[in-house]
Amino acid sequence: MTGAAGAGEDRPADVAVIGAGVVGTAIARALACQDVSCVLIDAANDVGTGTSKANTAILHTGFDAVPGSLESRLLRRGSALLADYASRAGIPVERTGALLVAWTPEQQAELPAVERKAHRNGVTDVRVIGTEELYRREPHLGPGALGSLEIPGESVICPWTTPLAYATQALAAGARLRLRSRVTGIRTGTAEHQVVTGTGVVRCRWVVNAAGLHSDTIDAMMGGGEFTICPRRGELIVFDKLARPLLSSILLPVPTARTKGVLVAPTVYGNVLLGPTAEDVPDRGDVATTGPGLTSLMEAGQRILPGLVAEEVTASYAGLRAATADRDYQIWVDGSRRYACVAGIRSTGLSASLGIAEHVTGLLADAGLPLAGRPEPDPPVMPYIGQAGTRPYQDAARIAADPEYGRIVCHCERVTRGEIRDALASALPPADTDGLRRRTRALNGRCQGFYCAATVAALFAGAGPGRRGPRTARPTAAERA
Amino acid sequence: MKADVLVVGAGPAGLAAAVELRRLGAGSVLVADRDEEAGGIPRHSAHTGFGARDLRRVLTGPGYARHYAVAAAAAGADIRAGTTVTGWDGLPGAGGLHRATLTSAAGVDTVDATAVLLATGCRERPRTARLVPGDRPPAVMTTGELQRRVYLGGQKLPGRALIVGAEHVSFSAMVTLAHAGAEVVALVTDRPRHTSYAGFALAASWRWHVPVWSSTVVRRVSGRGRLDGAELADLATGETRFVPCDLLVFTGDWIPDHELARAAGVDMDPGTRGPVVDTTLATSVPGVFAAGNLVHAAETADIAALGGRHAAQGIAAFLGSGAGQGAGRPAPEPVRLRVTAEAPLLWIAPNAVRAGGPAPPRGRFVLRSDVFARLARLEVWQDGRRLATGVSFGMKPDRPTRLGASWTGKADPGGGPVTVRLA
Repeated sequence: MTGAAGAGEDRPADVAVIGAGVVGTAIARALACQDVSCVLIDAANDVGTGTSKANTAILHTGFDAVPGSLESRLLRRGSALLADYASRAGIPVERTGALLVAWTPEQQAELPAVERKAHRNGVTDVRVIGTEELYRREPHLGPGALGSLEIPGESVICPWTTPLAYATQALAAGARLRLRSRVTGIRTGTAEHQVVTGTGVVRCRWVVNAAGLHSDTIDAMMGGGEFTICPRRGELIVFDKLARPLLSSILLPVPTARTKGVLVAPTVYGNVLLGPTAEDVPDRGDVATTGPGLTSLMEAGQRILPGLVAEEVTASYAGLRAATADRDYQIWVDGSRRYACVAGIRSTGLSASLGIAEHVTGLLADAGLPLAGRPEPDPPVMPYIGQAGTRPYQDAARIAADPEYGRIVCHCERVTRGEIRDALASALPPADTDGLRRRTRALNGRCQGFYCAATVAALFAGAGPGRRGPRTARPTAAERA
Repeated sequence: MKADVLVVGAGPAGLAAAVELRRLGAGSVLVADRDEEAGGIPRHSAHTGFGARDLRRVLTGPGYARHYAVAAAAAGADIRAGTTVTGWDGLPGAGGLHRATLTSAAGVDTVDATAVLLATGCRERPRTARLVPGDRPPAVMTTGELQRRVYLGGQKLPGRALIVGAEHVSFSAMVTLAHAGAEVVALVTDRPRHTSYAGFALAASWRWHVPVWSSTVVRRVSGRGRLDGAELADLATGETRFVPCDLLVFTGDWIPDHELARAAGVDMDPGTRGPVVDTTLATSVPGVFAAGNLVHAAETADIAALGGRHAAQGIAAFLGSGAGQGAGRPAPEPVRLRVTAEAPLLWIAPNAVRAGGPAPPRGRFVLRSDVFARLARLEVWQDGRRLATGVSFGMKPDRPTRLGASWTGKADPGGGPVTVRLA
């Protein structure tokens, strides 16, 4: 195994970040931008393929975090940083606001306490609103709501573009990305650590554990073993864009100790999201949806927004939250072991990612990792895949300059050949059509590939009907004309 | 850009309408289709059997698609493939004109049309819409995707395939899979038996040794990264079994591609889930018509084409009435009576009638049933009065049941809605 050690690398990297989810990519970005040589390692074939891609896609204010917790602080800081970063990087964000809706007298009695909690978390624009205003703002809401809390700062965000933007910026700043490299062991040492992966050994001075659902495994490899991840599965249903006019804000349930409950939210792609369920599962790879889970969601949807269930379901999926016994984040740096643990980021990693990265970078600097101390560089400009802004197919000037932006391939999501071409040629190209989905929205629509999957697959493969034209059909008169 | 008629969709209904509109001298006809080539679904249905009722001959799907594309162009219609209608608010604006936005490689353009025909067709409901739980491996697809991969992309699909559904298109998927080199395990249907022709099921059984597993549902899709198989449940016994497969094809279970119709705000029928249309195939918005599988998902291509031809007559009459000629608005139309189907009938099309209106396409209404019946009696009722009866032999789900139109003159234009039900 030592023969493979540092193949092609004479010097160990300063830092190996294990886990290329939204937290790992954010940390790699922060470090790389401070001239720290950094290797980002992940078992999957792309960044952001675990919990980062399968969540509720909400940019939380942190109004309901535990006041005084690290999560509360980093969530508040992170969401402010991300809102700014997203606007500059072209990451789709819609500030829809949220309405926390009470359906029972018990829940209604909780509202003032939630409001006080929000204020203690520094989210001061939260306020209780009456049912009249609630139904005026959400006329399609199911009957029986007793009261509501408005959280104007809650937003929805694109969970796919965010880690892609971080990773793209990290790469541009000199970080190396090592995908398809499952970490099988770590040889810790006084001068350097050797991270053993399926594709060889990565030598590094520091290890940052951002392995999400597997962070306890990595922690044990580093000699820790102080916590255990208990995956909690959340199933979600995405409804057709025709359901989008049914709501204007995120509709939240009153949270309980266990989970935030089932919510209904717009997505930045113009759909409506319903979920998540919360179920502890033993298997860290079990992201299957279940009959009972989907049924319970449809029942909840029927109560919250009755018009929703009359619309078609476009997709359903499940994600795993990396829950630990402790409610708060498990973030610490051990200078003696040159190890940073960034774990237990249960369900707020997307919103807090930049806050977490800033915090971890600071802890590493305090522990002796030298940083360049340069100002924050501008983010990369990512392809815009939101629904609220202007997409290439709507941009006459862009089509005039490049007709490929007028050739719509995925009709449901209106993704053009130009965008697919750009994604395939990007600094961080997709490894498969799922990766292409997350970069362009192709194949994500209501037909689920009835019309475009064959063409998209051909474009991805670089051949076939998409580029050469159909094989079996001769040109029609219309084409010859 | 201006056109007397904008036709959205260059499938059998849209192209047949374009041919007929030109033949009737209805003026300029612009046909927009978002696909790269005109012809619609038959383009990738590489089996024979197309054209019997409309062309009085039998062609393959691609041959049939080419026939209509050539005929429409020869008739003088302006056919724009690779062109998507990306904007349209439905309501007519100044001068009664409908303004739509078209997007293509040529840019973003607007067209002002006096009349619009929606012929956007239908699609199969994918696995997700059917809420089939489980893992999310690739190689789970609809017939539409399968046929495009095989017939337009030349793809080979070795391995075991399981087909969900046992209606016409399910057997078509079976032939496509055999052509692509797959071994079809079975057709699975939650119905008590298949709903296609007896000959198709016999051929499946004899030639390809493919059984139909009836009263059976897919409980779960299994496979991380790649498809392993499906868990099936027998509806009668509740027993489950795991069937390994490399490809899972969801067939049929059609839904109209009604996005544009709904965005335009035309009245929708909850049964067909397409626009409400009267017997001229006019929608609730003056000057907007709908034809083909948007109004009856799904009938065969020739029926869609005949519907398009029928709509062209209505559009020509609408244009002839003075609309959009600068002579002001046409006279107000007579009140439309809604026609609905009662369970276990699922829908009827057309689903509105007007006093003095013409007969529907082919002189009859088409219905869908959710049940099998060797001999079914249909009744047409209005305000407690029975207007007509009809008989249907061999009624099956997924297959057309027909009802004559002689009763439309008996309906009271000032009365309540008309309902059609089983006696």
